[in-house]
Amino acid sequence: MPALLPIDSVAGVILFWLALALLGLALQNAPRLIAQLLFPLSAIGALALAATALGALGGPANVAVLPLGLPDLPFHLRLDALSSFFLLLLGAAASGISLFSAGYFRTMPGRALGLLCFQYHLFLASMALVFLADDAYLFMVAWESMALSSYFLVTTDHTLPQNRRAGFLYLLIAHVGAIGILMSFGVMQGGHGDYTFATMRGSHLSGLWASVTFLLALFGFGAKAGILPLHAWLPEAHPAAPSPVSAMMSGIMLKTAIYGILRVTFDLLSAPLWWWGTIALTLGLLTALFGVIFAAVQTDMKRLLAYSSIENIGIILVGIGLTITFHAFHMQALSALALTATLYHALNHAFMKGLLFLGAGSVLHATGERNMGKLGGLIHQMPKAALLVLVGTLAIAGLPPLNGFASEWLLLQAFLLSPTLPHPYLNMLVPVAAAALALAAALAGYVMVKFYGIIFLGQPRSEKLRSAHDAGGWEQFGLAWLALGCIALGMFPMLVIDHLAPVTQFLVGHQLHGNTAQSWLWLTPVQPERASYSPLILFSIIVIGVLFSLLVVKKFYHGRLRRGPAWDCGFPEQSARMQDTAEGFSQPIRQIFEMFFGVIRELPSPFDKHPRYRGETIDRLWNLFYVPIIKLATTLSSLIGKLQHGRIHIYLMYSFITLLALLAFVR
Amino acid sequence: MTDFSGQIINLCAALLLLVAFGMLSQRRVLSLINLFAAQGLILTISTAVVAYSSHQSHLYYSAALTLVLKVILLPWILHRLIRKLNVKWDIETLFNIPATMLIGIVLVIFAFNLAAPISQMAGTITKSTLGIAMASVLLSFLMMITRSKAVPQVIGFLAMENGLFFAATSATYGMPMVVELGIALDVLVGMFILGIFFFQIRETFDSLDLKHMEKLKED
Amino acid sequence: MNLSALLFQLLQDTLVVLAAPLLLGWVNQCRAWLQNRSGAGVLQPYRKLIKLFHKDAVLAHNASPLFRFMPYILFACMWLAAALVPVLATDLPLSPAVDVIALVGIFALARVFISLAAMDIGTAFGTLGARREMLVGFLAEPALLMVFFTASVISHSTSLITIVETLAHTQFVLYPSLAFAAVAFVMVLLAENARIPVDNPSTHLELTMIHEAMILEYSARHLALIEWASALKLLAYITIGIALFLPWGIAAADHWSALPIALVALFVKLTAAGAGLALLETLSAKMRIFRVPEFMGTAFLLAVLGMLTHFLLGS
Repeated sequence: MPALLPIDSVAGVILFWLALALLGLALQNAPRLIAQLLFPLSAIGALALAATALGALGGPANVAVLPLGLPDLPFHLRLDALSSFFLLLLGAAASGISLFSAGYFRTMPGRALGLLCFQYHLFLASMALVFLADDAYLFMVAWESMALSSYFLVTTDHTLPQNRRAGFLYLLIAHVGAIGILMSFGVMQGGHGDYTFATMRGSHLSGLWASVTFLLALFGFGAKAGILPLHAWLPEAHPAAPSPVSAMMSGIMLKTAIYGILRVTFDLLSAPLWWWGTIALTLGLLTALFGVIFAAVQTDMKRLLAYSSIENIGIILVGIGLTITFHAFHMQALSALALTATLYHALNHAFMKGLLFLGAGSVLHATGERNMGKLGGLIHQMPKAALLVLVGTLAIAGLPPLNGFASEWLLLQAFLLSPTLPHPYLNMLVPVAAAALALAAALAGYVMVKFYGIIFLGQPRSEKLRSAHDAGGWEQFGLAWLALGCIALGMFPMLVIDHLAPVTQFLVGHQLHGNTAQSWLWLTPVQPERASYSPLILFSIIVIGVLFSLLVVKKFYHGRLRRGPAWDCGFPEQSARMQDTAEGFSQPIRQIFEMFFGVIRELPSPFDKHPRYRGETIDRLWNLFYVPIIKLATTLSSLIGKLQHGRIHIYLMYSFITLLALLAFVR
Repeated sequence: MTDFSGQIINLCAALLLLVAFGMLSQRRVLSLINLFAAQGLILTISTAVVAYSSHQSHLYYSAALTLVLKVILLPWILHRLIRKLNVKWDIETLFNIPATMLIGIVLVIFAFNLAAPISQMAGTITKSTLGIAMASVLLSFLMMITRSKAVPQVIGFLAMENGLFFAATSATYGMPMVVELGIALDVLVGMFILGIFFFQIRETFDSLDLKHMEKLKED
Repeated sequence: MNLSALLFQLLQDTLVVLAAPLLLGWVNQCRAWLQNRSGAGVLQPYRKLIKLFHKDAVLAHNASPLFRFMPYILFACMWLAAALVPVLATDLPLSPAVDVIALVGIFALARVFISLAAMDIGTAFGTLGARREMLVGFLAEPALLMVFFTASVISHSTSLITIVETLAHTQFVLYPSLAFAAVAFVMVLLAENARIPVDNPSTHLELTMIHEAMILEYSARHLALIEWASALKLLAYITIGIALFLPWGIAAADHWSALPIALVALFVKLTAAGAGLALLETLSAKMRIFRVPEFMGTAFLLAVLGMLTHFLLGS
């Protein structure tokens, strides 16, 4: 018997998940069993997948052909460095999310839970297959099953009309994107009629056709990733879905699109052109700034997180754009640096956003409230969840020594180390882009202070919050897994980079060298005197500082402490309603960036008996971009509607005329 | 030594740009005049340095002329003017200031790319400053566009002339003395005429806000 | 990493933490003189710290552990920042752990924690302060980053040590882009240290306060630590400014003989910078809070412009 290849174990995990999906359907009468057996088992599967993928990162590419699918059109599988990395991301994040799900879905009724379990595992398996596919046929099959299963997951709560609407919007944009992807594959196969990726690698397209492919792929995958202006589904679908599903969609599914862009640009197309990079960079910056500015003004905590996902996808796209640009100008070391930062950030985002969505789920579970304006003070009721979410908050705000900072640090280094590019405008773009990126990162801090401060700190804004309960055991376990991931990824960036080396070697033919002495301690992407960073040392100095000051204060201070009412400048009346609400906290942002929002304000007059204030910020892009398309579609369909009469002989006549016309055409 | 004087001129150019942006971001008329005087001073220094390093003695005269005219005389006239007109308070801008500055940054990039081919040909030690000179001309223009009051517009006009003068010294070691004297005289006379205009405008409209001029349009 | 360097690092750590209140006292004293008051003397911050350390701490009823813990984190962050800036010599063994981007990150970490703690009690002033602090911060942070980047592209390094060695110990060159960076840096310094015209550290005028609004609920030892951290932050910012724009006099690595000169130079520079800061504060008036984003936006764009100028003049 030959040794078990990594690809076999990955396929095994996928089969295992499919089996769990079917088991979920079968066990509909035993919801306890589904929640507390199947989901933990799925987490173990995910862990096995992550371990396999980690092992396969440095190894040779595995190929397999499955005699499935249509006759003469077998499924091709391939496990190379790129797919291993994304499978690692999938497995590592999914294990935490599945653990959390074990607790979160505990109270769900059996039928619904069985279906959910089925779709959940189908979703997992199809995402894994997307990473594994080696021909366009399997890729599209997996891609579509991913879209469909996630659609059903989004509409789990289908009794609410806004959820149905969100699901529809999601499905629509997903399919428009899928057409783009399909067309890009069509262009790439270049008339060979063979849709395997191996053929596509071999066919060297001319510059024009390569550009067409890239743009189609960017459009298609961009629709899935939520790149501007195809982001509209994201803030609708994420709040509608149950929290673990939101975590999975935001943390993992968006990365399938990143995977697709990387696969097409660097693997299937041989030589990227420099202006692709400029497009990706500009789009990425716009997406990042847009996402973070809109995140700042949200009042629904899951919508806030969804917009923050748009921001992070933007940052990842900036990294891709930079990689393409450097690669096109043959600056291999720099493109490896930018690519490392990109992949690193993608991995980080899976952990951070997974953690935050799950934390939001715990809050939702405990209070039944998604509106931040009605939450507050939960740190007292939910201390453990609050602590774990704090890790995610600090990480996504890009603060040292956590992981969000490490990847942003690398990305900024890529900007800074860029020498003069052989194009004047491009040269100017680099500092401006670095500035915009820094602005987006700083705004993320604002957003996260708002998120955490309004939900967990302060006084409870409604009475029912006082009876909120902390997250349960499974939930805490899932949260802790992701929080530990955030900490570990932040503390040992050098190990992460070492594991990313095969991927960058595979995609851009270069890798960062981290093999100096004490490499686990110092992050030095180039030479140590040019840039170095050591999260461990930084963290230990802060810890020493804290301990030292604690000790000194304890030694010399009398330690007397009294509790009393809050001082608040001596203001006598204090109530929870006097705190900033979510709207209040984002007021400055709304003021500064007013030109980007459509703001609807309803202000009370001084004589109102029951004064009402309402402020709503709307996405202008919806009116600018989507409404015309909707109008066009409606007009076109009403035109086509004229053909419809309801009489069968008229329809027969249409067919007859078509037949005649075709006959005349082929004559 | 030419290397070092080149650096000083580069620094002067950067300061000129800084002052131009300062003007763009400034609301108070009084500070605008001070910034204008500072611009003149920088111009004087850079002209003197160019004169020293290129041994073009006529540039010393134009430096002296700049000092007298743009650092002392014109600011003094402007100070007197705003005291008489009593308009030293804040002026509202038409756009908010960061947006104006953002446009300014785009203009700077544009100006530099425009100047790049010319700088390649220029043989002077200060060729890279041509872009800055051009940028400060454009920025002064932008300032004139974004202010609604008359006095800042005149300052913008004078600052524009400063940019042109800097372009001339840095790219071609200055214009012939006769032209320079002529321009200086023009600026001075223009200043006087505009000063008289201010009083006329205020007498007619009771304000120096130029949006009242819209009334003059025939319907 | 040799022993003498490590000892020197420890020396600097102790020096900054002890000297930081002195600088604050000096600035306040200069301000008093400029405003024709006699002032409380340069040692006043120490007296204030001692007084606060003697008092009983009062905590609000619903203060969470985050609230109690924050002053220590803030203090540690600011200490770290001040300790790793090369003020006397470039031979700091721990400085490579924190490059300029990480330094900005540390300031951001402290800012996020102090804002969160301000929101913890749930008073109107606390959240107001937190909101305003984040408002100032989200523009100050990228501006500071851009100032650093301007220095970084000159020296091709984000390490403060390399930046100082490039600027101070190689052939003297005038960098026009640093002029922009310096102006932007001063604006960021004023905003980040709660100085006039952005904030006023010496009032509790409710409508204009930012920093003070956030720490209203703190008392005794916690407040003392926060005040001390503020002094450390001011010291860190001023020494960063010295390292970037006036690095002459800082001893190079392994030049211990230059240390006394460096000490004198540092003393002179700090004295001058403190007096300059007081002068700047006295000359300017407090801004309306709505003008602050404009002020910070200007700082940010000036810093971007500085970096652009480097690329433009260099090419």
